[in-house]
Amino acid sequence: MRLLTREALLSFRRAPLLSALSITTIAFSLFTIGLFGLVAINLRQALRGIEERVEIVAFVLRGTPAETITLATQDIAAFPEVQDVTFVTEQQALDRAAAELVEFRDAYRDLKANPLPASIEVRMREGFRSAASVGAVAERIRGFAFVDDVRYGRDWVQRLDQLRNVTGLVGLVIGLAFAGVAVVIIGVTIRLTILQRAREISIMRLVGATNWFIRGPFLLEGALKGLLGGFLSLALCYAGYILFRDTTGGPFAGLIFFRPEHMVVIIVFGVLLGLAGSLVSVGRHLRNV
Amino acid sequence: MIRFSHVYKSYPNGALALKDISFKVGKGEFVFLTGHSGAGKSTIMKLLFAEQKPTAGEVRVSGHDVNSLRVDEVPKLRRRLGIVFQDFRLLEDRTAAENIAFALEVIGARRDTIAARVTRVLTQVGLLAKARAHPRELSGGEQQRIAIARALVNDPAILVADEPTGNLDERATRGVFQLLRDINTGGTVVVMATHDLDLVRQTSYRTIELRDGSVVYDSAVDETEETEVS
Repeated sequence: MRLLTREALLSFRRAPLLSALSITTIAFSLFTIGLFGLVAINLRQALRGIEERVEIVAFVLRGTPAETITLATQDIAAFPEVQDVTFVTEQQALDRAAAELVEFRDAYRDLKANPLPASIEVRMREGFRSAASVGAVAERIRGFAFVDDVRYGRDWVQRLDQLRNVTGLVGLVIGLAFAGVAVVIIGVTIRLTILQRAREISIMRLVGATNWFIRGPFLLEGALKGLLGGFLSLALCYAGYILFRDTTGGPFAGLIFFRPEHMVVIIVFGVLLGLAGSLVSVGRHLRNV
Repeated sequence: MIRFSHVYKSYPNGALALKDISFKVGKGEFVFLTGHSGAGKSTIMKLLFAEQKPTAGEVRVSGHDVNSLRVDEVPKLRRRLGIVFQDFRLLEDRTAAENIAFALEVIGARRDTIAARVTRVLTQVGLLAKARAHPRELSGGEQQRIAIARALVNDPAILVADEPTGNLDERATRGVFQLLRDINTGGTVVVMATHDLDLVRQTSYRTIELRDGSVVYDSAVDETEETEVS
Protein backbone atom coordinates (compact mmCIF):
# COMPACT_ATOMS: atom_id res chain seq x y z
CA MET A 1 0.00 0.00 0.00
CA ARG A 2 2.84 2.34 0.88
CA LEU A 3 4.54 1.57 -2.41
CA LEU A 4 1.27 2.06 -4.28
CA THR A 5 0.75 5.51 -2.78
CA ARG A 6 4.40 6.46 -3.25
CA GLU A 7 4.43 5.48 -6.92
CA ALA A 8 1.11 7.23 -7.55
CA LEU A 9 2.30 10.44 -5.88
CA LEU A 10 5.65 10.21 -7.64
CA SER A 11 4.07 11.11 -10.96
CA PHE A 12 2.66 14.31 -9.44
CA ARG A 13 6.15 15.25 -8.28
CA ARG A 14 7.90 14.15 -11.46
CA ALA A 15 5.52 15.77 -13.89
CA PRO A 16 3.79 18.57 -12.01
CA LEU A 17 2.81 20.41 -15.18
CA LEU A 18 1.24 17.34 -16.77
CA SER A 19 -0.56 16.51 -13.52
CA ALA A 20 -1.84 20.07 -13.21
CA LEU A 21 -3.02 19.89 -16.81
CA SER A 22 -4.88 16.63 -16.14
CA ILE A 23 -6.54 17.97 -13.01
CA THR A 24 -7.50 21.22 -14.72
CA THR A 25 -8.97 19.36 -17.68
CA ILE A 26 -11.00 17.12 -15.41
CA ALA A 27 -12.06 20.17 -13.39
CA PHE A 28 -13.18 22.08 -16.49
CA SER A 29 -15.05 19.09 -17.89
CA LEU A 30 -16.84 18.61 -14.58
CA PHE A 31 -17.29 22.38 -14.27
CA THR A 32 -19.17 22.43 -17.57
CA ILE A 33 -21.31 19.51 -16.49
CA GLY A 34 -21.73 21.19 -13.10
CA LEU A 35 -22.84 24.50 -14.62
CA PHE A 36 -25.41 22.69 -16.66
CA GLY A 37 -26.49 20.83 -13.55
CA LEU A 38 -26.91 24.16 -11.74
CA VAL A 39 -29.06 25.52 -14.56
CA ALA A 40 -31.07 22.29 -14.52
CA ILE A 41 -31.72 22.25 -10.76
CA ASN A 42 -32.64 25.94 -10.76
CA LEU A 43 -34.92 25.45 -13.74
CA ARG A 44 -36.52 22.49 -12.02
CA GLN A 45 -36.93 24.57 -8.87
CA ALA A 46 -38.58 27.37 -10.88
CA LEU A 47 -40.82 24.90 -12.71
CA ARG A 48 -41.86 23.37 -9.41
CA GLY A 49 -42.92 26.84 -8.25
CA ILE A 50 -44.95 27.34 -11.40
CA GLU A 51 -46.39 23.85 -11.28
CA GLU A 52 -47.60 24.36 -7.75
CA ARG A 53 -49.90 26.99 -9.16
CA VAL A 54 -51.43 24.60 -11.68
CA GLU A 55 -55.06 24.30 -10.62
CA ILE A 56 -58.42 23.27 -11.99
CA VAL A 57 -61.38 25.62 -11.52
CA ALA A 58 -64.87 24.11 -11.83
CA PHE A 59 -67.66 26.71 -12.04
CA VAL A 60 -70.81 25.66 -10.22
CA LEU A 61 -74.33 26.21 -11.59
CA ARG A 62 -76.39 28.73 -9.66
CA GLY A 63 -78.81 27.28 -7.15
CA THR A 64 -76.84 24.07 -6.50
CA PRO A 65 -77.61 22.94 -2.91
CA ALA A 66 -74.73 23.41 -0.47
CA GLU A 67 -74.79 19.77 0.66
CA THR A 68 -74.39 18.54 -2.96
CA ILE A 69 -71.32 20.71 -3.31
CA THR A 70 -69.91 19.55 0.05
CA LEU A 71 -70.30 15.90 -0.95
CA ALA A 72 -68.73 16.53 -4.36
CA THR A 73 -65.85 18.41 -2.73
CA GLN A 74 -65.18 15.43 -0.48
CA ASP A 75 -65.35 13.13 -3.51
CA ILE A 76 -62.83 15.21 -5.46
CA ALA A 77 -60.51 15.53 -2.45
CA ALA A 78 -60.34 11.71 -2.37
CA PHE A 79 -58.89 11.55 -5.92
CA PRO A 80 -55.29 10.29 -5.66
CA GLU A 81 -54.02 13.09 -7.94
CA VAL A 82 -55.59 15.86 -5.85
CA GLN A 83 -53.70 17.75 -3.18
CA ASP A 84 -56.52 19.96 -1.89
CA VAL A 85 -59.94 21.28 -2.81
CA THR A 86 -61.38 24.67 -1.93
CA PHE A 87 -64.96 25.77 -2.40
CA VAL A 88 -65.29 29.46 -3.27
CA THR A 89 -68.77 30.88 -2.75
CA GLU A 90 -70.25 33.55 -5.04
CA GLN A 91 -69.64 36.18 -2.35
CA GLN A 92 -66.04 35.07 -1.80
CA ALA A 93 -65.48 35.27 -5.56
CA LEU A 94 -66.77 38.82 -5.61
CA ASP A 95 -64.67 39.86 -2.61
CA ARG A 96 -61.58 38.35 -4.20
CA ALA A 97 -62.25 40.11 -7.49
CA ALA A 98 -62.76 43.40 -5.70
CA ALA A 99 -59.51 42.98 -3.82
CA GLU A 100 -57.43 41.86 -6.82
CA LEU A 101 -58.92 44.16 -9.46
CA VAL A 102 -58.69 47.47 -7.63
CA GLU A 103 -59.61 49.57 -10.70
CA PHE A 104 -63.05 47.93 -10.92
CA ARG A 105 -63.76 48.17 -7.19
CA ASP A 106 -66.40 50.87 -7.65
CA ALA A 107 -68.11 48.96 -10.42
CA TYR A 108 -68.38 45.86 -8.21
CA ARG A 109 -69.80 47.94 -5.37
CA ASP A 110 -72.62 49.26 -7.57
CA LEU A 111 -73.71 45.82 -8.72
CA LYS A 112 -77.27 44.86 -7.88
CA ALA A 113 -76.68 41.15 -8.29
CA ASN A 114 -73.41 39.19 -8.06
CA PRO A 115 -72.50 38.06 -11.61
CA LEU A 116 -69.70 35.76 -10.45
CA PRO A 117 -70.42 32.04 -10.08
CA ALA A 118 -69.32 29.91 -7.15
CA SER A 119 -66.44 27.57 -7.98
CA ILE A 120 -64.46 24.58 -6.78
CA GLU A 121 -60.68 25.08 -6.97
CA VAL A 122 -58.58 21.94 -7.17
CA ARG A 123 -54.80 21.87 -6.64
CA MET A 124 -52.88 18.86 -7.95
CA ARG A 125 -50.39 16.73 -6.04
CA GLU A 126 -46.72 16.85 -7.06
CA GLY A 127 -46.08 14.31 -9.82
CA PHE A 128 -49.64 14.69 -11.17
CA ARG A 129 -49.20 18.13 -12.67
CA SER A 130 -48.62 16.97 -16.24
CA ALA A 131 -51.08 17.91 -18.99
CA ALA A 132 -52.40 14.34 -19.11
CA SER A 133 -53.13 14.07 -15.36
CA VAL A 134 -54.65 17.53 -15.11
CA GLY A 135 -56.78 16.85 -18.21
CA ALA A 136 -58.03 13.53 -16.81
CA VAL A 137 -59.04 15.03 -13.45
CA ALA A 138 -60.72 17.97 -15.21
CA GLU A 139 -62.80 15.57 -17.30
CA ARG A 140 -63.88 13.65 -14.20
CA ILE A 141 -64.97 16.89 -12.51
CA ARG A 142 -66.83 17.92 -15.64
CA GLY A 143 -68.91 14.78 -15.11
CA PHE A 144 -70.67 16.25 -12.05
CA ALA A 145 -74.16 17.46 -13.05
CA PHE A 146 -73.88 20.78 -11.20
CA VAL A 147 -70.63 21.78 -12.92
CA ASP A 148 -71.17 24.46 -15.53
CA ASP A 149 -67.64 24.69 -16.92
CA VAL A 150 -64.11 23.55 -16.12
CA ARG A 151 -61.00 25.63 -16.81
CA TYR A 152 -57.41 24.63 -16.29
CA GLY A 153 -55.34 26.42 -18.96
CA ARG A 154 -54.80 23.37 -21.13
CA ASP A 155 -52.25 25.09 -23.41
CA TRP A 156 -50.32 26.47 -20.50
CA VAL A 157 -50.02 23.09 -18.82
CA GLN A 158 -48.98 21.46 -22.09
CA ARG A 159 -46.34 24.10 -22.75
CA LEU A 160 -44.93 23.62 -19.24
CA ASP A 161 -44.75 19.91 -19.94
CA GLN A 162 -42.86 20.44 -23.17
CA LEU A 163 -40.43 22.87 -21.53
CA ARG A 164 -39.67 20.35 -18.82
CA ASN A 165 -39.12 17.55 -21.33
CA VAL A 166 -36.88 19.66 -23.57
CA THR A 167 -34.79 20.86 -20.61
CA GLY A 168 -34.33 17.30 -19.39
CA LEU A 169 -33.36 16.03 -22.82
CA VAL A 170 -30.95 18.88 -23.62
CA GLY A 171 -29.39 18.46 -20.18
CA LEU A 172 -28.91 14.75 -20.70
CA VAL A 173 -27.42 15.11 -24.20
CA ILE A 174 -25.03 17.94 -23.31
CA GLY A 175 -24.10 16.27 -20.02
CA LEU A 176 -23.28 12.97 -21.73
CA ALA A 177 -21.32 14.73 -24.48
CA PHE A 178 -19.18 16.53 -21.93
CA ALA A 179 -18.70 13.38 -19.89
CA GLY A 180 -17.50 11.63 -23.07
CA VAL A 181 -15.06 14.45 -23.80
CA ALA A 182 -13.83 14.31 -20.20
CA VAL A 183 -13.14 10.56 -20.39
CA VAL A 184 -11.16 11.03 -23.63
CA ILE A 185 -9.12 13.91 -22.19
CA ILE A 186 -8.38 12.03 -18.97
CA GLY A 187 -7.44 8.95 -21.01
CA VAL A 188 -5.01 11.02 -23.06
CA THR A 189 -3.37 12.69 -20.06
CA ILE A 190 -2.97 9.35 -18.25
CA ARG A 191 -1.58 7.90 -21.48
CA LEU A 192 1.06 10.65 -21.51
CA THR A 193 1.99 9.72 -17.94
CA ILE A 194 2.19 6.07 -18.92
CA LEU A 195 4.43 6.80 -21.90
CA GLN A 196 6.61 8.84 -19.60
CA ARG A 197 6.85 5.83 -17.30
CA ALA A 198 7.05 3.15 -20.00
CA ARG A 199 10.58 2.22 -18.91
CA GLU A 200 9.46 1.72 -15.34
CA ILE A 201 6.54 -0.45 -16.45
CA SER A 202 8.81 -2.59 -18.63
CA ILE A 203 11.19 -3.12 -15.70
CA MET A 204 8.30 -4.00 -13.40
CA ARG A 205 7.17 -6.62 -15.89
CA LEU A 206 10.65 -8.05 -16.30
CA VAL A 207 11.21 -8.54 -12.59
CA GLY A 208 7.87 -10.31 -12.25
CA ALA A 209 5.38 -7.70 -11.02
CA THR A 210 1.79 -8.76 -11.70
CA ASN A 211 -0.35 -6.70 -14.08
CA TRP A 212 -2.62 -5.63 -11.21
CA PHE A 213 0.40 -4.44 -9.28
CA ILE A 214 1.48 -2.38 -12.29
CA ARG A 215 -2.02 -0.97 -12.77
CA GLY A 216 -2.43 -0.03 -9.10
CA PRO A 217 -0.42 3.21 -8.99
CA PHE A 218 -1.93 4.43 -12.26
CA LEU A 219 -5.46 3.72 -11.10
CA LEU A 220 -4.78 5.51 -7.82
CA GLU A 221 -3.23 8.39 -9.75
CA GLY A 222 -6.31 8.62 -12.01
CA ALA A 223 -8.67 8.46 -9.03
CA LEU A 224 -6.67 11.16 -7.19
CA LYS A 225 -6.71 13.40 -10.24
CA GLY A 226 -10.45 12.85 -10.56
CA LEU A 227 -10.92 13.67 -6.88
CA LEU A 228 -8.90 16.88 -7.07
CA GLY A 229 -10.58 17.78 -10.37
CA GLY A 230 -13.96 17.20 -8.73
CA PHE A 231 -13.19 19.53 -5.82
CA LEU A 232 -11.77 22.16 -8.17
CA SER A 233 -14.85 21.98 -10.39
CA LEU A 234 -17.11 22.49 -7.37
CA ALA A 235 -15.05 25.51 -6.33
CA LEU A 236 -15.36 26.89 -9.87
CA CYS A 237 -19.11 26.20 -9.93
CA TYR A 238 -19.54 27.94 -6.58
CA ALA A 239 -17.54 30.95 -7.72
CA GLY A 240 -19.59 31.12 -10.94
CA TYR A 241 -22.82 30.75 -8.97
CA ILE A 242 -21.99 33.52 -6.49
CA LEU A 243 -20.77 35.82 -9.26
CA PHE A 244 -23.92 35.31 -11.35
CA ARG A 245 -26.31 35.56 -8.41
CA ASP A 246 -24.74 38.70 -6.97
CA THR A 247 -24.20 40.59 -10.20
CA THR A 248 -27.62 39.90 -11.73
CA GLY A 249 -29.77 40.00 -8.58
CA GLY A 250 -33.49 40.59 -9.16
CA PRO A 251 -35.28 37.40 -10.12
CA PHE A 252 -31.98 35.48 -9.84
CA ALA A 253 -31.43 36.37 -6.17
CA GLY A 254 -33.20 33.16 -5.15
CA LEU A 255 -30.96 30.83 -7.20
CA ILE A 256 -29.97 27.68 -5.36
CA PHE A 257 -26.61 25.81 -5.25
CA PHE A 258 -25.99 22.05 -5.18
CA ARG A 259 -27.13 20.15 -2.13
CA PRO A 260 -24.39 18.09 -0.36
CA GLU A 261 -25.55 14.90 -2.06
CA HIS A 262 -25.20 16.58 -5.48
CA MET A 263 -21.63 17.59 -4.59
CA VAL A 264 -20.80 14.04 -3.53
CA VAL A 265 -22.18 12.80 -6.88
CA ILE A 266 -19.98 15.27 -8.82
CA ILE A 267 -16.86 14.25 -6.87
CA VAL A 268 -17.62 10.53 -7.20
CA PHE A 269 -18.23 11.11 -10.91
CA GLY A 270 -14.80 12.81 -11.14
CA VAL A 271 -13.14 9.84 -9.41
CA LEU A 272 -14.94 7.42 -11.73
CA LEU A 273 -13.87 9.43 -14.79
CA GLY A 274 -10.26 9.37 -13.56
CA LEU A 275 -10.42 5.63 -12.93
CA ALA A 276 -12.03 4.95 -16.30
CA GLY A 277 -9.38 6.99 -18.13
CA SER A 278 -6.53 5.19 -16.31
CA LEU A 279 -8.01 1.75 -16.75
CA VAL A 280 -8.42 2.20 -20.50
CA SER A 281 -4.94 3.67 -20.97
CA VAL A 282 -3.07 1.17 -18.77
CA GLY A 283 -5.02 -1.74 -20.22
CA ARG A 284 -4.11 -0.71 -23.75
CA HIS A 285 -0.46 -0.19 -22.81
CA LEU A 286 -0.13 -3.55 -21.06
CA ARG A 287 -1.65 -5.31 -24.05
CA ASN A 288 0.79 -3.62 -26.43
CA VAL A 289 4.08 -4.28 -24.61
CA MET B 1 16.52 -26.20 -16.26
CA ILE B 2 15.85 -25.15 -19.85
CA ARG B 3 14.56 -27.33 -22.68
CA PHE B 4 13.78 -26.31 -26.26
CA SER B 5 12.19 -29.12 -28.33
CA HIS B 6 11.72 -28.54 -32.06
CA VAL B 7 10.86 -24.89 -31.53
CA TYR B 8 9.66 -22.73 -34.41
CA LYS B 9 8.86 -19.06 -34.18
CA SER B 10 7.30 -17.06 -36.96
CA TYR B 11 6.01 -13.49 -36.85
CA PRO B 12 2.70 -12.21 -38.21
CA ASN B 13 4.49 -10.78 -41.26
CA GLY B 14 5.52 -14.35 -42.17
CA ALA B 15 9.20 -14.03 -41.20
CA LEU B 16 10.56 -17.24 -39.66
CA ALA B 17 12.79 -16.26 -36.72
CA LEU B 18 13.53 -19.77 -35.41
CA LYS B 19 13.57 -23.10 -37.23
CA ASP B 20 13.51 -26.41 -35.40
CA ILE B 21 15.57 -25.36 -32.38
CA SER B 22 16.32 -28.09 -29.83
CA PHE B 23 18.72 -27.92 -26.89
CA LYS B 24 18.82 -28.51 -23.14
CA VAL B 25 20.61 -26.57 -20.45
CA GLY B 26 21.26 -28.40 -17.18
CA LYS B 27 21.93 -27.23 -13.64
CA GLY B 28 25.00 -25.04 -13.11
CA GLU B 29 25.74 -24.54 -16.83
CA PHE B 30 27.10 -21.39 -18.47
CA VAL B 31 25.96 -21.18 -22.08
CA PHE B 32 26.87 -18.68 -24.78
CA LEU B 33 24.37 -18.00 -27.55
CA THR B 34 26.28 -16.58 -30.50
CA GLY B 35 25.48 -15.54 -34.04
CA HIS B 36 25.09 -12.43 -36.18
CA SER B 37 22.36 -9.85 -35.70
CA GLY B 38 19.05 -11.39 -36.73
CA ALA B 39 20.29 -14.95 -36.21
CA GLY B 40 17.62 -15.54 -33.55
CA LYS B 41 19.48 -14.92 -30.26
CA SER B 42 17.05 -12.32 -28.99
CA THR B 43 14.04 -14.41 -29.99
CA ILE B 44 15.38 -17.29 -27.89
CA MET B 45 15.87 -14.85 -25.01
CA LYS B 46 12.29 -13.60 -25.35
CA LEU B 47 10.99 -17.18 -25.31
CA LEU B 48 13.05 -17.85 -22.17
CA PHE B 49 11.32 -15.13 -20.18
CA ALA B 50 7.94 -15.68 -21.86
CA GLU B 51 7.85 -12.32 -23.59
CA GLN B 52 6.82 -14.39 -26.62
CA LYS B 53 5.43 -17.86 -27.16
CA PRO B 54 6.71 -20.39 -29.69
CA THR B 55 4.69 -20.93 -32.87
CA ALA B 56 5.41 -24.66 -32.66
CA GLY B 57 7.46 -26.94 -30.42
CA GLU B 58 7.95 -26.86 -26.67
CA VAL B 59 9.84 -24.45 -24.42
CA ARG B 60 10.28 -25.38 -20.75
CA VAL B 61 12.03 -23.05 -18.34
CA SER B 62 12.57 -23.84 -14.68
CA GLY B 63 9.60 -26.20 -14.60
CA HIS B 64 7.23 -23.88 -16.50
CA ASP B 65 5.81 -24.73 -19.91
CA VAL B 66 6.05 -21.41 -21.75
CA ASN B 67 3.49 -22.50 -24.39
CA SER B 68 0.67 -22.97 -21.94
CA LEU B 69 1.61 -20.19 -19.52
CA ARG B 70 -1.38 -17.95 -18.68
CA VAL B 71 -0.89 -14.17 -18.48
CA ASP B 72 -1.13 -14.27 -14.68
CA GLU B 73 1.48 -17.04 -14.49
CA VAL B 74 4.16 -15.14 -16.42
CA PRO B 75 5.25 -13.12 -13.33
CA LYS B 76 5.81 -16.42 -11.44
CA LEU B 77 8.27 -17.59 -14.09
CA ARG B 78 10.04 -14.23 -14.19
CA ARG B 79 10.59 -14.28 -10.45
CA ARG B 80 12.69 -17.41 -10.99
CA LEU B 81 14.83 -15.59 -13.57
CA GLY B 82 17.25 -12.68 -13.58
CA ILE B 83 17.22 -10.69 -16.80
CA VAL B 84 19.98 -8.36 -17.99
CA PHE B 85 20.01 -6.26 -21.15
CA GLN B 86 22.58 -4.40 -23.23
CA ASP B 87 21.00 -1.02 -22.35
CA PHE B 88 20.97 -1.68 -18.55
CA ARG B 89 17.35 -0.49 -18.15
CA LEU B 90 17.91 1.41 -14.94
CA LEU B 91 15.57 4.13 -13.67
CA GLU B 92 17.46 7.41 -13.99
CA ASP B 93 15.71 9.19 -11.13
CA ARG B 94 16.56 6.53 -8.55
CA THR B 95 19.83 5.67 -6.89
CA ALA B 96 21.61 2.36 -7.49
CA ALA B 97 20.22 0.95 -4.24
CA GLU B 98 16.70 2.20 -5.03
CA ASN B 99 16.84 0.59 -8.47
CA ILE B 100 17.62 -2.75 -6.87
CA ALA B 101 15.11 -2.31 -4.05
CA PHE B 102 12.45 -1.48 -6.65
CA ALA B 103 12.72 -5.00 -8.08
CA LEU B 104 11.94 -6.41 -4.65
CA GLU B 105 9.20 -3.94 -3.79
CA VAL B 106 7.16 -4.59 -6.93
CA ILE B 107 6.99 -8.31 -6.24
CA GLY B 108 5.82 -7.64 -2.70
CA ALA B 109 8.99 -8.65 -0.82
CA ARG B 110 8.89 -8.08 2.95
CA ARG B 111 10.01 -4.52 3.67
CA ASP B 112 12.25 -5.45 6.59
CA THR B 113 14.32 -7.76 4.40
CA ILE B 114 14.87 -5.39 1.48
CA ALA B 115 17.78 -3.31 2.83
CA ALA B 116 19.83 -6.38 3.77
CA ARG B 117 19.23 -8.07 0.43
CA VAL B 118 20.19 -4.92 -1.50
CA THR B 119 23.39 -4.57 0.53
CA ARG B 120 24.25 -8.22 -0.12
CA VAL B 121 23.99 -7.96 -3.92
CA LEU B 122 25.72 -4.56 -4.03
CA THR B 123 28.60 -6.17 -2.16
CA GLN B 124 28.52 -9.12 -4.55
CA VAL B 125 28.91 -6.85 -7.60
CA GLY B 126 31.52 -4.72 -5.81
CA LEU B 127 29.56 -1.47 -5.80
CA LEU B 128 28.44 -1.01 -2.21
CA ALA B 129 30.27 2.32 -2.15
CA LYS B 130 28.10 3.56 -5.04
CA ALA B 131 24.77 2.64 -3.44
CA ARG B 132 23.60 6.25 -3.38
CA ALA B 133 24.82 7.18 -6.84
CA HIS B 134 22.34 7.80 -9.64
CA PRO B 135 22.89 5.92 -12.94
CA ARG B 136 24.20 9.09 -14.67
CA GLU B 137 26.99 9.26 -12.08
CA LEU B 138 28.13 5.73 -12.91
CA SER B 139 30.22 4.39 -15.79
CA GLY B 140 28.69 1.97 -18.30
CA GLY B 141 30.37 -1.00 -16.61
CA GLU B 142 29.10 0.10 -13.20
CA GLN B 143 25.57 0.59 -14.53
CA GLN B 144 25.60 -2.93 -15.93
CA ARG B 145 26.82 -4.27 -12.58
CA ILE B 146 23.88 -2.54 -10.89
CA ALA B 147 21.55 -4.11 -13.48
CA ILE B 148 23.11 -7.52 -12.70
CA ALA B 149 22.72 -6.87 -8.98
CA ARG B 150 19.03 -6.14 -9.60
CA ALA B 151 18.73 -9.40 -11.56
CA LEU B 152 20.40 -11.30 -8.71
CA VAL B 153 18.54 -9.82 -5.77
CA ASN B 154 15.67 -12.26 -6.13
CA ASP B 155 18.03 -15.27 -6.05
CA PRO B 156 17.19 -16.48 -9.55
CA ALA B 157 17.79 -20.03 -10.71
CA ILE B 158 18.68 -18.76 -14.19
CA LEU B 159 20.33 -15.51 -15.28
CA VAL B 160 19.43 -14.48 -18.83
CA ALA B 161 21.80 -11.86 -20.24
CA ASP B 162 21.12 -10.41 -23.69
CA GLU B 163 24.34 -8.81 -25.01
CA PRO B 164 25.31 -7.58 -21.51
CA THR B 165 28.70 -6.29 -22.71
CA GLY B 166 27.47 -4.85 -26.01
CA ASN B 167 27.72 -1.24 -24.80
CA LEU B 168 30.91 -1.58 -22.78
CA ASP B 169 34.59 -0.96 -23.44
CA GLU B 170 37.08 -3.80 -23.17
CA ARG B 171 37.98 -3.27 -19.53
CA ALA B 172 34.37 -3.00 -18.40
CA THR B 173 33.52 -6.05 -20.53
CA ARG B 174 36.13 -8.12 -18.72
CA GLY B 175 34.81 -7.00 -15.34
CA VAL B 176 31.17 -7.73 -16.14
CA PHE B 177 32.06 -11.09 -17.70
CA GLN B 178 34.07 -12.08 -14.65
CA LEU B 179 31.09 -11.17 -12.49
CA LEU B 180 28.82 -13.43 -14.58
CA ARG B 181 31.35 -16.27 -14.21
CA ASP B 182 31.41 -15.78 -10.44
CA ILE B 183 27.64 -15.89 -10.36
CA ASN B 184 27.72 -19.13 -12.34
CA THR B 185 30.28 -20.56 -9.94
CA GLY B 186 27.73 -19.96 -7.20
CA GLY B 187 25.37 -22.39 -8.98
CA THR B 188 23.19 -20.05 -11.04
CA VAL B 189 22.62 -21.09 -14.67
CA VAL B 190 23.79 -18.29 -17.00
CA VAL B 191 22.58 -17.96 -20.59
CA MET B 192 24.44 -15.14 -22.31
CA ALA B 193 23.73 -13.95 -25.84
CA THR B 194 26.72 -12.24 -27.40
CA HIS B 195 28.42 -11.64 -30.72
CA ASP B 196 31.77 -10.94 -29.02
CA LEU B 197 33.69 -14.02 -30.19
CA ASP B 198 36.87 -12.96 -28.35
CA LEU B 199 34.96 -13.32 -25.13
CA VAL B 200 33.62 -16.73 -26.14
CA ARG B 201 37.08 -18.04 -27.07
CA GLN B 202 38.55 -17.02 -23.69
CA THR B 203 36.68 -19.83 -21.94
CA SER B 204 35.60 -23.38 -22.53
CA TYR B 205 31.96 -22.70 -21.76
CA ARG B 206 29.33 -24.32 -23.92
CA THR B 207 28.54 -22.35 -27.08
CA ILE B 208 25.42 -22.57 -29.19
CA GLU B 209 25.81 -20.80 -32.53
CA LEU B 210 22.78 -19.66 -34.47
CA ARG B 211 22.51 -18.75 -38.13
CA ASP B 212 19.28 -17.67 -39.85
CA GLY B 213 17.17 -19.05 -37.02
CA SER B 214 18.79 -22.49 -36.84
CA VAL B 215 21.41 -24.00 -34.52
CA VAL B 216 24.52 -24.56 -36.63
CA TYR B 217 26.84 -25.49 -33.78
CA ASP B 218 26.40 -26.64 -30.21
CA SER B 219 29.73 -27.37 -28.52
CA ALA B 220 28.08 -29.77 -26.05
CA VAL B 221 26.67 -31.95 -28.83
CA ASP B 222 29.37 -31.55 -31.47
CA GLU B 223 32.32 -32.13 -29.13
CA THR B 224 30.71 -35.27 -27.76
CA GLU B 225 30.27 -36.52 -31.31
CA GLU B 226 33.88 -35.64 -32.16
CA THR B 227 35.08 -37.52 -29.10
CA GLU B 228 32.96 -40.51 -30.02
CA VAL B 229 34.33 -40.50 -33.62
CA SER B 230 37.95 -40.31 -32.49
